[in-house]
Amino acid sequence: MSLRVAYIAANTFREAVRDRVLYNLIAFALLMSAAAILVGQISIGIERLVVVNLGLTAISLFGIVIAIFIGISLVSKEIEKRTLYTVLSRPVQRWEFIVGKFLGLAGTLVVNTFFMAIGVFGALLYVAHGLNPQDGWIAVALYFIILQFLMITAIALLFSSFSTPLLSAVFAFSLFIIGSFAGDLRSFAGMAQGVTRWLAIGAAYLLPNLSSLNVISSVAHQQPISIQLILSNTIYALVYTGMAICGSVLIFERRNLK
Amino acid sequence: MTTHARTTKIAATALLVCLVSTAFALHHLDRIQTQTTSEDVLYLSSPKVLKRLSLGYDGLLADLYWTRAIQYFGTKHYQHARDYKLLAPLLEITTTLDPHLIVAYEFGANFLAPPPPFGSGMPQRAIRLVEYGIRNNPDDWKLYYNLGFIDYMELKDYAQAADAFARGAKVPNAHPALKVMAAEMAQHAGDSQMAQIMWTTAFQSAKDPYIRANAITHLRALQVDQDISSLETLISVYRQKTGHPPSSFTDLQEIGLLRALPLDPFGHAYKLTPGGRVELRDPDNFPFITKGTPPGYVAPPVRFRPEDLGAS
Amino acid sequence: MPAIEILELEKTYSVGFWRKRPKIALRPLTLNVEDGEIFGFLGPNGAGKTTTLKLLMGLIFPTAGSARILGMEIHDPQVKAQIGFLPEQPYFYDYLTATELLEYYAQLSGVPAAERQRKVSEVLARSGLQNAAGTQLRKFSKGMLQRVGIAQAILHDPKVLFFDEPMSGLDPMGRREVRDLMEELKRQGKTVFFSTHILSDAESLCDRVAIIHQGELRGVGAIEDLTSSVEGKAEIVWHGSSVPTSLNSLATECHVVGDTVRAVVREANQDAVIDALRREGLRIISVTPVRTSLEEYFVRKIQVSQTAAGVKS
Repeated sequence: MSLRVAYIAANTFREAVRDRVLYNLIAFALLMSAAAILVGQISIGIERLVVVNLGLTAISLFGIVIAIFIGISLVSKEIEKRTLYTVLSRPVQRWEFIVGKFLGLAGTLVVNTFFMAIGVFGALLYVAHGLNPQDGWIAVALYFIILQFLMITAIALLFSSFSTPLLSAVFAFSLFIIGSFAGDLRSFAGMAQGVTRWLAIGAAYLLPNLSSLNVISSVAHQQPISIQLILSNTIYALVYTGMAICGSVLIFERRNLK
Repeated sequence: MTTHARTTKIAATALLVCLVSTAFALHHLDRIQTQTTSEDVLYLSSPKVLKRLSLGYDGLLADLYWTRAIQYFGTKHYQHARDYKLLAPLLEITTTLDPHLIVAYEFGANFLAPPPPFGSGMPQRAIRLVEYGIRNNPDDWKLYYNLGFIDYMELKDYAQAADAFARGAKVPNAHPALKVMAAEMAQHAGDSQMAQIMWTTAFQSAKDPYIRANAITHLRALQVDQDISSLETLISVYRQKTGHPPSSFTDLQEIGLLRALPLDPFGHAYKLTPGGRVELRDPDNFPFITKGTPPGYVAPPVRFRPEDLGAS
Repeated sequence: MPAIEILELEKTYSVGFWRKRPKIALRPLTLNVEDGEIFGFLGPNGAGKTTTLKLLMGLIFPTAGSARILGMEIHDPQVKAQIGFLPEQPYFYDYLTATELLEYYAQLSGVPAAERQRKVSEVLARSGLQNAAGTQLRKFSKGMLQRVGIAQAILHDPKVLFFDEPMSGLDPMGRREVRDLMEELKRQGKTVFFSTHILSDAESLCDRVAIIHQGELRGVGAIEDLTSSVEGKAEIVWHGSSVPTSLNSLATECHVVGDTVRAVVREANQDAVIDALRREGLRIISVTPVRTSLEEYFVRKIQVSQTAAGVKS
């Protein structure tokens, strides 16, 4: 049973790669190289800061775009192209399909991030002429970024299981942007009164809280990240992702494939 | 049970579990993150860079920062904080992103200029902020008023204050008080009457709850100071007449110096101590007072009354 | 035990955004398909054939009713391992090659790893795709995709096969191959359930057929039984240049070709016509019974329901 999930995940990964998604690495490499060289020439004293900020932000944004663009069509494309018919007529359970698709895309993003991380460390080495132990926190920032990817992928998958690609894209992007300000929104909600307050707080808790997963500027300033934060973020991201995936499964289980 | 029903049940249960866990996890995250560093709150300390990065959506970003500023102030205020270090950069970023957000300048005048624990203690920075506001909004009388306000209240520079009020009075639709204050400044600078006009104008012209609450509280304090000054005058008159201090206010009433028992703005009677001092029953209710406190009194940190914050 | 048992299977869609109107795709259908037979599911386009197949595959859910395949409920996951499905105008992951696709499907169908490669090459050969095995599916023609569809349906050696319009998109050679394949499957003891609107295919292949129109079953049975239920006809050919007046009421269709007349008469009137011709002294060339085609039975059934529908609506 679980092997089927792995097969589907592997096939999803293969699909993404053959869809030339990894070509984005070329654009990223160009960006990092140009930035590193430029910054090295100007030598304004904050080379390390720029490389880390730029590199991690680029990894985050590139990845979010990939997560959304591929995520929203994970299910809808298969339904539209009817490739799903011959898959579901086999002993594949619908939930296995959803989970497999998710893992495939998540895996793609992890691989993508891995290569990009090499690029960032390479650029850092170039401008700073060496790494120091504090740069290890960059790995934590990368880990948090991957957690963000998991959440966004799950959200995109959720929308894909019942909505058209266009609408899914709009919703997913909106949730990403809103999620980046989720902390402020929870405060706004807290300032409301009465029934609105509870509704607003409820809605604010349902939003993906991406702001606490963004430690890019802290890491750029070589500040350490507490173990507590790492643990809490991990639990939160995994639970949130699980929630979205369960939602996808529930929707997809009942869907008539016309 | 069919596998379909089983899957649905498992998925639904898992969904519920995850939902609840999400709420708890998020709550926990919020708790360990309340000590946000200034970097996290501001993202970027340079207003100009932030404006460029906002890709033209500076209005929205300004609103966001304004809300952060209010939140920051409110949280600190609630916690009886003794300083508001980040208020200045927050307001500066807000106004760089949106130079026409007048309320931000008013807020700065009210809470950047006064010394801690009432404000940030940065009157010069407040002046720079308001002058920037005037440059971008030359026809808004409130900004000239705010400028004069800072000069008068914090810097005690009455000449500058008069100048600011005079400039403001020339603006169309200016509040009539500006002309009056400009004119009276030469003679009556330092008068409590002057202060009363200024705080009343502040209350009338502002819509922000904190600014209005601040104004009401100051007006109350002025009232108390005035009441007590009058009472002290009456007491010395009594002393002259009878040769000894009065033992209670009824003494003053008996010889016709006082008609009714004096009450503070909350309706409680003033106390007359054996030493001949007039004191409030609850001085803690009156921030900003300069009279009416017992010897050795230490004022608690300022906290606005909820009724004042909700006052329309 | 019947290979396929369908009991009162029904599907209604709610169409429309605000006021949902029900659209009946399939009226309660009861049907059995016996083990080892080739069963044709016939009907014009939009009759409900694909709906029925999708219901059986679990791609859509019935509004009411149930079905069993090989004695197991259709939603039982063990059923899926025993069946193969070829959808109408199939489409596959076009970034994969034929071999990769079939290997992926073999994985999903639970074919043991040791046998996968062997089975895949076998099935590729069987479907005539050996030369295109390494080509990406995006480059396949419609006919080749159809072959891939058949390949993936038989890959894991299922007991029951479901084909939706298996001949569509194939040239005559391809159709012949598919027919041969279906007969071979039957010889192997498998059951084949296929839908089509091409009656000649059904006639040559099927043991039994069902006719469906507008979501409703119109007739089920072996072809001979069905066609013989329709009244027989006979074709009579004689020397002559015109139709004698006495025959006008008896002969339904008359064609005059050169110096012969060919008429189709109802079996009941056959003797009367022969007598009339002999009375006229005309020379009879031939009397041939005309076998009613399935097509005629089909058309008749459809017309009946259309008239009935017309009356109803």
